[in-house]
Amino acid sequence: MSRRAIVTVPKRAKRGEVIEVKTLAQHAMETGYRRTQLGAAIPRDIIRTFVCSYNGEEVFRMELHPAIAANPLIAFSLVASESGTLEFRWSGDNGYAVTETARITVV
Amino acid sequence: MRLLAFLLLLSPVSVFAEERRSGYEFMSRETRAMQDDDAANPGMFWVLDGEGLFKPCAGCHSVEGMKGVAARYPARDAKSGRPMNLEQRINACRTDRMREKPFAYESRELLSLTAFIAKQSRGMPIEVRKSDAGEALYRQRQGQLNLSCAQCHDERWDRKLAGTPVAQGHPTGYPIYRLEWQGLGSLQRRLRNCLSGMRAELYPFGAPELVELEQYLMWRARGMNIESPGVRP
Repeated sequence: MSRRAIVTVPKRAKRGEVIEVKTLAQHAMETGYRRTQLGAAIPRDIIRTFVCSYNGEEVFRMELHPAIAANPLIAFSLVASESGTLEFRWSGDNGYAVTETARITVV
Repeated sequence: MRLLAFLLLLSPVSVFAEERRSGYEFMSRETRAMQDDDAANPGMFWVLDGEGLFKPCAGCHSVEGMKGVAARYPARDAKSGRPMNLEQRINACRTDRMREKPFAYESRELLSLTAFIAKQSRGMPIEVRKSDAGEALYRQRQGQLNLSCAQCHDERWDRKLAGTPVAQGHPTGYPIYRLEWQGLGSLQRRLRNCLSGMRAELYPFGAPELVELEQYLMWRARGMNIESPGVRP
C-alpha cells in the first residue's frame, strides 16, 4: 500500500490571518481488535502521532488511537505569522513515517 | 431487529419518481463536504494509485480518451454478447490485449484503476442501454425477507431504515468510498450488501446477474451525472 498524504494550505495569507490547514493521510488504521474469518488476530497498525511545524516550530500535535477512522482527515487553524514552510509528519506502527511540506507566503 | 426495521417502512409513499435524486442528496452536510473537496475525499488515494497503474495502458489509451467511458458501462460485449462492466472491461483488456493476469475483484489494483478511469467521467451524464434481465431481477422478490429492490428503492425511498434514509439507488458515484467500509468498493460489493440485508443468496463477484442488474441501474440513472469517486455513509 502506498503512503500518500494530501495537505491543503492557502498559498497566500495576510499577516495575523487565521488560516485553515487540512490534511488527509492514507492509512488503514487497523485497530488490532479485529480477527480474520479463520479467527486469527489482525495486529494493530495505526498512525500514532501527527505533528505540524511552522518554520521549524511545533504548532500542532495530535496523538491518534485505534478508534480513529481509516485515512484520517485532520483539519486545524493557524495564525499566519510569517512566510515560510509548514512541515507535516505522521508516524506510526511498523515504521510508518510520512512527511509533507507546504509553502505559505504572508503579506 | 432488521426485520422490525423493514416492517416499520409502512405503505408505499410514492411511485417512482419524476424527481430522481443521487444518494449524495440524502447525505449529511459533512459527508457531502468530504465528496466535494478532492483534498478531503479519501477516494482520491485510489484515484492517485490508479493514475500510476494506468501507465501501461497508455500504449493504446490516452487519459483524455477515458472521458465518458465510465458513463457508458456496463455495455454489451461484442464478442460474448453479454453485458460487461468497467472492471470486467479492464480485465478483458489485460488478458486479451496485454497478456497479463486479470486483477481480482475488489483488489486494490482493480479498484484504483477503475476509480481513476471513472473520475475522468466526473460531471458527465450516464448513457447506458436498458437491461431487461436486470430489470426483472430488480423487481423480483428474493431472500428470506422476500423483498425486491423496487420495494425499497422505487416505492419507499426517503423512508428511514435503521435511522438513515433509503436512497433511490442510483449508481452515480462508483467506485465509492463508503465510511462504513473504511475503504473503496465497487457497485457489486454494494449490491451484495443489499442482498445480504435481504437475506438472499449472494451472487459471486462478476456473476452475469449482478452485471445485468448494474446495467439496469445505470440505465435507470441515465442522464444523471457521474460523481466518482463518491463518498457515502
